[in-house]
Amino acid sequence: MTIAASATIAAEGGSEGGFHAPGPQTFELPGVFPWGGHGEYAVTKPMLQLVLAAILVFGFFYLASRKRALVPGKLQFAGEGAYGFVRNSVGRDIIGSHDFQKFVPYLVTVFFFIFVNNVFASVPFIQFPTFSRAGMAYALAGLSWVVYNAVGIHKHGLVGYLKLQCVPSGVSPAMYPLLVPLEFFSNILVRPVTLALRLFCNMFAGHILLVLFSTGGLYLIQDVGGIGYVAGPLAWVLAILVSFLELLVQFLQAYVFTLLNAMYIQGALADEH
Amino acid sequence: MAVNALAITGDMGGSLNMIGYGLAAIGPGIAIGLIFAAYINGVARQPEAQSRLQSIAILGFALAEALAIIGIALAFVLTGK
Repeated sequence: MTIAASATIAAEGGSEGGFHAPGPQTFELPGVFPWGGHGEYAVTKPMLQLVLAAILVFGFFYLASRKRALVPGKLQFAGEGAYGFVRNSVGRDIIGSHDFQKFVPYLVTVFFFIFVNNVFASVPFIQFPTFSRAGMAYALAGLSWVVYNAVGIHKHGLVGYLKLQCVPSGVSPAMYPLLVPLEFFSNILVRPVTLALRLFCNMFAGHILLVLFSTGGLYLIQDVGGIGYVAGPLAWVLAILVSFLELLVQFLQAYVFTLLNAMYIQGALADEH
Repeated sequence: MAVNALAITGDMGGSLNMIGYGLAAIGPGIAIGLIFAAYINGVARQPEAQSRLQSIAILGFALAEALAIIGIALAFVLTGK
């Protein structure tokens, strides 16, 4: 009897009586418009954030490049700096100066789209990282998969491309039955999954941290009292510090996604040995 | 479930998921330490190489960190109920 009762309490996560810890349910947001779909088909805040991010990124680069003055004004200078950062450090240095220019629009778009969507987690009144909804991260990873495979197949042909990806050089043919399926699995099947999971899980964990410290601090002050009056504001200070860490993680995840995209494209374009 | 979560965490209140995450974070922790030890060594030997080594270090960090982050996220998402 007692074991069953304590089992129930322990099974609920064992947290303090009334505190609702954040979890996957924190990320299920209701539909925004009453006339959109319902349930799983509702138009939700993350969907609107995606559209907003697209408009912001396009608007920034369009306005920055409109005048095309030889001596740039402030906006054009900022746009050129932002564009040049991705073009040079990710495009040219990774893909190589020979054929990186075709991919620069794709890389710049991916980087700034992901960055703006991530930063939405830190913007007041929005405060939700779009890519903490896994489906959106998987869509981007699917696009990346199509791009690097199409580039490789276009250059080497289907068989040549599969040979390039799956057959490592400098290995005795006796190892092929073991290595080739492993390389195929790792290079063709797993890459989009890890790309998406890396982005999704970073945003998911960061948002849960922020929600945990914020709501936990409030719970400590309101419902625990006593030591809670000290621990609560401490939780809030930690929330502020974690917010700064999240800004770094947001930039880093966008950069790493773009960098890995460029590396996969470079790997697909690599010449035979 | 072959393993009863209660049999391991008992009355203490806790989650088998978090034990799993704690174990899963050992590998990435060591890996990130190794990566940045190599980066610091490289910059110490040749300070001019810092910017070139930095992008490699950041890439290696993100790849190693991904496994730990997948661990914490799945620890929340997969409740096994």
